[in-house]
Amino acid sequence: MRDIEKIYTVESNVRLTHKTWRMELSGDMSELTRPGQFVNLRIEGKYLRRPISVSDYDQNRLLLYYDVVGAGTKAMSEMHKGVKINTLTGLGNGFNEEAETSRPALLGGGIGCAPLLNLARRLQARGVTPTVILGFNTAADVVMEDVFREIGIEVIICTVDGTKGVKGFVTDAIKILPEEPDYFYACGPMPMLRAVCTGLEIPGEVSLESRMGCGFGACVCCSLETKDGAKRICKDGPVFRKEELIWK
Amino acid sequence: MQGWTCVQKGGADMEITELRAREKSGDWSVVLSGVGLDNPVIPASGCFGFGYGMAEYYDINILGSISFKGTTLHPRFGNPLPRVAECEAGMINSVGLQNPGIHKVISEELPKMREVFKKPIIANISGFSIEEYVECCRLIDKEEQVEIIELNVSCPNVHGGGMSFGTQPGSVAEVVKEVKRVITKPLYVKLTPNVTDIVAIAKAAVGAGADGLCLINTMLGMRIDLKTGKPVIANVMGGFSGPAIFPVALRMVWQVSHAVSVPIIGCGGVSTADDVKEMLLAGATAVEVGAANLVDPYACKKIIENL
Repeated sequence: MRDIEKIYTVESNVRLTHKTWRMELSGDMSELTRPGQFVNLRIEGKYLRRPISVSDYDQNRLLLYYDVVGAGTKAMSEMHKGVKINTLTGLGNGFNEEAETSRPALLGGGIGCAPLLNLARRLQARGVTPTVILGFNTAADVVMEDVFREIGIEVIICTVDGTKGVKGFVTDAIKILPEEPDYFYACGPMPMLRAVCTGLEIPGEVSLESRMGCGFGACVCCSLETKDGAKRICKDGPVFRKEELIWK
Repeated sequence: MQGWTCVQKGGADMEITELRAREKSGDWSVVLSGVGLDNPVIPASGCFGFGYGMAEYYDINILGSISFKGTTLHPRFGNPLPRVAECEAGMINSVGLQNPGIHKVISEELPKMREVFKKPIIANISGFSIEEYVECCRLIDKEEQVEIIELNVSCPNVHGGGMSFGTQPGSVAEVVKEVKRVITKPLYVKLTPNVTDIVAIAKAAVGAGADGLCLINTMLGMRIDLKTGKPVIANVMGGFSGPAIFPVALRMVWQVSHAVSVPIIGCGGVSTADDVKEMLLAGATAVEVGAANLVDPYACKKIIENL
């Protein structure tokens, strides 16, 4: 039996930009097994939990990046060191780090950059060096550039308004790579994922986001029609292969 | 009291002395129309799938029973997203009866369910016409381990102007009468609270031959997103559930249990062992737990341990 309910402790909770925060939690991370999984946090006074993708983790530490977008994430941003959070952990399928690839591109859009960190480290550990392309609306939104550089991974930043890095979207930045990637892993807003899936010839996989009820497959509130029938974003996903998805 | 009269106490009345005795003995076994359950705790339909997914988290054989995901004749993808909105002490869902259809439920879901769950199964059946209810119930009635059929009468009647079957005594009675003709197993009708007089509906169901009742289904509700000015739920309205509706559910169970003499499964906002006990004292024989499972996959396990 899986014991997915854990009590995590806030170790740090830092504001990085006008909207993005980084939270570090400690506790038992044994239920986390793959990059791209997520946790579902219980927040005092909120009935439903808040699903947040895991950016990086080890045996007893967990790193999250989150945007403050509503009352739940606002409450998260006010949690100090030492606060205990009832957490459902190790949720979702995660990225396939064993995909057939020697030159993968990791494509992040906004807060969707978060889950790429653990993936990048694990690919690196397998001897595969990824190229990371992080896209934002504007220079003031840019986060995580340094954390990839620190582990020796090449990072290309692009902004829609051109205030930092390449002007345009991740799909524009990928075209200027000296060597074409043979696979992509992507996470970000739906329009970006659509552009990536429909515009890139190479195979790949994407992590989707949805308003969720439970986060572990019970309520089917986050259903998605795929080529293989109805799937639950929380349980069968959040990562789907490009070939599974239908873009209407 | 206005609107209802206290008739003779129904089939399932637990007094405080019996409750204390059960707490002392730890024997929580109950009987629903001849079907024995180890305890009164049953995950409600739509909050537990077909059980096997939840078996990943604990031994689901500790449950009294499971009411499986609402099943219709044909496969349904359900409503567009978003299907869920948060409320104070609750949530709204508008899943729209997503299910693989009765034939796949029988050929694929039930075998997977039986593999991990050895207790009585409650089959939750929905329909958009009397013919659909009848056909689904006829098929599921033959299935081993399905010991109770639970009729969800909250769906709109497509031949009756789209009005929900469960909102009028006449249409409830008609669907119950027709289903009873083709089944051998006990029929429980899951009542909608979105009516002016639930006692009248309950009496109509029992009068037409229902062996028991389950109440309440979700309450119709909605939320509006202040950023966009539009409803949060794509389908505008949805079913409100969670601890916020518990007092309403309890009140309706009390009213109905005083008016009919069939067993009642109490449902609506039950989240703790104490909620279960209140339901039993209100006249329920067993209790379904819905939304609580969605915020805590171990909710039913904890409730049973705390009885």
